[in-house]
Amino acid sequence: MPPLPQLSLSGVVPFNWYLILSVILFALGVAGFLFRRNIITVFMSIELMLNAVNLTFISFSYKMNQNDGHIFSFFVMVVAAAEAAVGLAIILTVFKNRQTLEIDEVSSLKN
Amino acid sequence: MQLWLIPLLPLAGFLLNGVFGRKLSKPVVNAIAVGSVLLSFLWVLKTLNALGAFSGGLEEAYKEHYFTWIQSGTFNIGVDFAVDRLTAIWLMIVTGVGLLIHIYAVGYMAHESGYYRFFAYLNLFMFFMLVLVLGANYLLLFVGWEGVGLCSYLLIGFYFLEKFATDAGNKAFIVNRIGDFGFVLAVFLIGNHFKTLDFASVFAQVKTMPVEANIGWITAIGLLLLLGATGKSAQIPLYVWLPDAMAGPTPVSALIHAATMVTAGIYMIARSAELYLHSSMALDVVAIIGIATAFVAATIGLCQTDIKKVFAYSTVSQLGYMFVGLGTGAFSAGVWHVMTHAFFKALLFLGAGSVIHALSGEQDLRKMGGLAKKIPITCIVLFCAGVAIAGVPFTSGHYSKDAILEAAYLHAPWMYWIGVVTAGMTAFYVFRALFLCFFGEYRGDLQDSHGHDAHGHDAHGHDAHGHGGIHESPPVMWIPLAILALLSLGGGFINIPQYLEPMFKPVEGAPEWLGYIAIAVGLGGIGLAALFYLVSPAIPEALASTFATPYRWILNKYFVDEFYDATVVEPMIDGSRVFLWRVADARIVDGAVNGAGTVARSVGSLLRLAQSGYIRNYAAWVVGGSILVIAYMGLRGSF
Repeated sequence: MPPLPQLSLSGVVPFNWYLILSVILFALGVAGFLFRRNIITVFMSIELMLNAVNLTFISFSYKMNQNDGHIFSFFVMVVAAAEAAVGLAIILTVFKNRQTLEIDEVSSLKN
Repeated sequence: MQLWLIPLLPLAGFLLNGVFGRKLSKPVVNAIAVGSVLLSFLWVLKTLNALGAFSGGLEEAYKEHYFTWIQSGTFNIGVDFAVDRLTAIWLMIVTGVGLLIHIYAVGYMAHESGYYRFFAYLNLFMFFMLVLVLGANYLLLFVGWEGVGLCSYLLIGFYFLEKFATDAGNKAFIVNRIGDFGFVLAVFLIGNHFKTLDFASVFAQVKTMPVEANIGWITAIGLLLLLGATGKSAQIPLYVWLPDAMAGPTPVSALIHAATMVTAGIYMIARSAELYLHSSMALDVVAIIGIATAFVAATIGLCQTDIKKVFAYSTVSQLGYMFVGLGTGAFSAGVWHVMTHAFFKALLFLGAGSVIHALSGEQDLRKMGGLAKKIPITCIVLFCAGVAIAGVPFTSGHYSKDAILEAAYLHAPWMYWIGVVTAGMTAFYVFRALFLCFFGEYRGDLQDSHGHDAHGHDAHGHDAHGHGGIHESPPVMWIPLAILALLSLGGGFINIPQYLEPMFKPVEGAPEWLGYIAIAVGLGGIGLAALFYLVSPAIPEALASTFATPYRWILNKYFVDEFYDATVVEPMIDGSRVFLWRVADARIVDGAVNGAGTVARSVGSLLRLAQSGYIRNYAAWVVGGSILVIAYMGLRGSF
């Protein structure tokens, strides 16, 4: 791997740190998605992954001096907001009908 | 000149009747079917008149180009129609005789079911036949060639509920495939060597070539074309389908299997005359096949008891005559015989149809007799046709047959003598049939329910006819017969060899006594028939028992069908059963298909284990997959 140039943001935080933070956030999201049973937690994990990606976009956008990454992250946010609205509505309905938020209980499409 | 209208009119009739015929009433179906052919006939008259075909013009071909069909490099096939004097004759025969037969069929088919279907097929046939004679290249000729074969198949099998009719249709179609195989190869060869399929340019190129002394590719083309012609025009070795084709309705036998379609082979060879003139061997083979067919078919005709079969073998025999005419270089004589034969043989068949109609479906000569008083018009017209085919002086058949025999004499005297003997036999068997039919005592049993033995009959009258007793045919049937009778008697005055002189050199120089011999033999044949079947009917029976073995062979048509069955059909069926079915199909094809299915199922049953239905499992697969990819790329060091 060629060494990344040691650019700093605001002259304080090295660029790599942002990426590392993003990876940590994304890994947390994945772990939450895979291992938690509560639907809302799973849902929040997905949002976490999205925001980790957003962070990467923004970092690179800043570093490259281009605003494509900003635009992407805005799109992601908009979609995530829409998804949150729909997803929460679904979760509410599921809870009303089943009185549970255990993800493994909601498997009536299987088989 | 709008030549395209000529075939397109019957096609329109076919489409109208074929699509809407079921809902139309019989008079409307009649009007469409007959009207389209009538219009086509009138258009032929108008066009030919405008081209000067009736007044000494049209010495060069007149050609119309419509559009390019196939374009590949320099190889170009257009949809072109052309008219020259040869085509003009065929146009007149096809539309003229076709019109008469359409009119006749209105009466003949009146009691049949599938009325509109019959006329739709008949119109379709007219379309393809006209394309065949109008086409200006071999490919367009082939389109018509195959189309008329299709219509022949459809109409032979018209009574498709009868096994023998569908069998006969299949036989005609399959035997013709063999001939067409040769035809297609010939067309390939022509395209390969001349780089075009256009008649005009092919023959212009052939003209510049030397006559082939040995076997060369012109000979090969000629022989392959001849193979096609033996199929379509029912010559040895492929004649076997035509007698069976009599299973179709009688107007079909008259139009397709006597007057027009079976002469397509003669048309094709006459059209390719330039090719044949450059290969003496191919021309000789044409003549030999012709004379052999004429003789063999005539001998078979002597003993047939089904009236239509007699005329069918007579057709095969007369087509043989035409081939003799072509093969001896007298192309125009062959074409002349095509025309006169179209008149008298159509008349013989239509007259036979009238007899069959009168007897409500009876075709067996042994169950006829004494019909002259009951159906006098039919009797008179049939005798007109009889004298014409027997070559009695001043009838049409006399002139055309004489022209062929003279050419045969100049070519090879032995051919002439066989031809003369055949002419005698022709006169004999036709008059035998007529005498058996019209004179003597009535031997039938029409008062009984006449569910005749099914084999080989055309099934006419299987429906309830709604009329009893023996009766003369209605005017719609006998008027066409009368016109054809006039043409049979007087058609010989249309001097075709003179008309075709710009295209084919007439054959001249035969000694005069030849004509007298032919006349004497023809009259002798008639006299012999009269002696055998009017004066003393004991003679034929005595002859049959004296010459029992030859009689048995002739009665069974020389066992040719049995021979073909044993040598071609049975091995083919056995080979198909044992190898193609049990090995190739059941083992190889089915094995491959079933094997593919089995493999897919077993792979699938493994893969479905991955489909757990839990989102988290899938996500884990994704994560695992991305970790693998990232790890791989990281190890390779190529981010």
